[in-house]
Amino acid sequence: MPVPVLQAVDLSRTVTIGSETRPILQNISFAVQPGEVLAITGPSGAGKSTLLRLLNRLDEPSGGDVLVDGTSFRSLSPRELRRRVGMVMQRAFLFPGTVYGNVRYGPAQHGVPFSNRDADALLEQVGMAGYGDRDALTLSGGEAQRISIARTLANQPEVLLLDEPTSALDPDAKQAVELLLARVVRERQVACAWVTHDYAQARRVADRILRIEAGAVTALGTPAAVLLEQE
Amino acid sequence: MLRLLFHTQLSLGIAQAGFVAVTTLIVAILARRRGARAGAEIPLALVRGLAQILLIGSILALLMRGPWWTAIPLLLVMIFIAATIVRQRVPRLPGAYTLSLWCMSAGAGGVILVMAAAGIIDTRIAMLVPVGSMIIAQNMNIQSLFLNRFLAELESHRGEIESALALGAQPEAAVAPYLQAAFHASLIPATDNLRSLGIVWIPGIMTGMLLSGASPIYAALYQFVILAMIFTAGGLSCLTATRLAPSRVFTRFQQLRTGL
Repeated sequence: MPVPVLQAVDLSRTVTIGSETRPILQNISFAVQPGEVLAITGPSGAGKSTLLRLLNRLDEPSGGDVLVDGTSFRSLSPRELRRRVGMVMQRAFLFPGTVYGNVRYGPAQHGVPFSNRDADALLEQVGMAGYGDRDALTLSGGEAQRISIARTLANQPEVLLLDEPTSALDPDAKQAVELLLARVVRERQVACAWVTHDYAQARRVADRILRIEAGAVTALGTPAAVLLEQE
Repeated sequence: MLRLLFHTQLSLGIAQAGFVAVTTLIVAILARRRGARAGAEIPLALVRGLAQILLIGSILALLMRGPWWTAIPLLLVMIFIAATIVRQRVPRLPGAYTLSLWCMSAGAGGVILVMAAAGIIDTRIAMLVPVGSMIIAQNMNIQSLFLNRFLAELESHRGEIESALALGAQPEAAVAPYLQAAFHASLIPATDNLRSLGIVWIPGIMTGMLLSGASPIYAALYQFVILAMIFTAGGLSCLTATRLAPSRVFTRFQQLRTGL
């Protein structure tokens, strides 16, 4: 069995509000192999998005560890971790400027040369060929999300975190982005953690499903096993 | 009309202050009835402003007889108090007091020091304290506007900032556009004051100099000097803030703080 690219070990997060300390996530453990999609499902407020934010350290875990290719995230700088663990958010949040500017943003932050030709190749991969000079803030939701995916892929991450990437899109755009992401994961052999509240989507895209309820894992297994148990 | 009823300077001053205070209170009551939050602050601000200006007037009366350097502790106290007031505008920003203190020391403090050394600000107490206080007060307003706008920008662009962080951006790079927006917005009043000088308004110090018999041209030039100093001090304090503020809004693991 190959070494998991992404591994969460007893990951926990508590928050303190006033004098009260409340657990948000408790002892979450899982591993994701290269080219595998792990769907993270559960009801609203279960802690799915929080879990994703701990994996690239946008929020700080209270306990546990995240291993990227066997290396603890505490021994990586946050910037290096985030380059290796890319994230696509629910909304695209493109930066003002051109599509090229957005796609080049990640490599520029790390001093990696990235030409317009490199950007064109990525844009073609996400079905947005010829959009390089377009104003990023005038794109539709589906187009913007594709650019956001290209922007994340420009960093050549080993792990792809997807936080409900299709939930803000219309049905056509949703299907197209879903197919795109499935293809990208397969072709690039990245380990993918995909948060979705849509069980049908989880069944379509995932190799395995992790179900979280009230901050704790309630199921982890193949889609058939987890969703059968759910039903 | 008041001049007919009050014949000494002190009694006339008290009567004028009382009349204006009552007028302002009426406006405050009207504002409160319309639901404006500022309405509640006005009576306290009036009493506080009156007490403070009387206190400073009394201190000035005493200091006028002392050597020039006695102005230094007075101006320093003003900067410390101004930093406290700025902090109250951004109570959730960690380290807001020290941040404001550094920024105003660099801005107002630096400009007063350099201009006094260059002989542009007269170092006699009667000039140094009022001119210095004008620079500090305007600097305080600019600093409050800067931090207030910066935090509002962070709140409304959290998604963009976290997207930049998720791509591996340095925290300073992730908030750079919002620091620029805050910089620009905070200097709008000072810029507009410079642009409208002499056309839309004739500032108080020029009026005072004219009333005390100074040459109108010199009074005009000196007023320009003061506004330019206010602008320079504001710019310097904002520049300092653009360097120091990012570290206050991120954790040591480069995470954008919540609840700012």
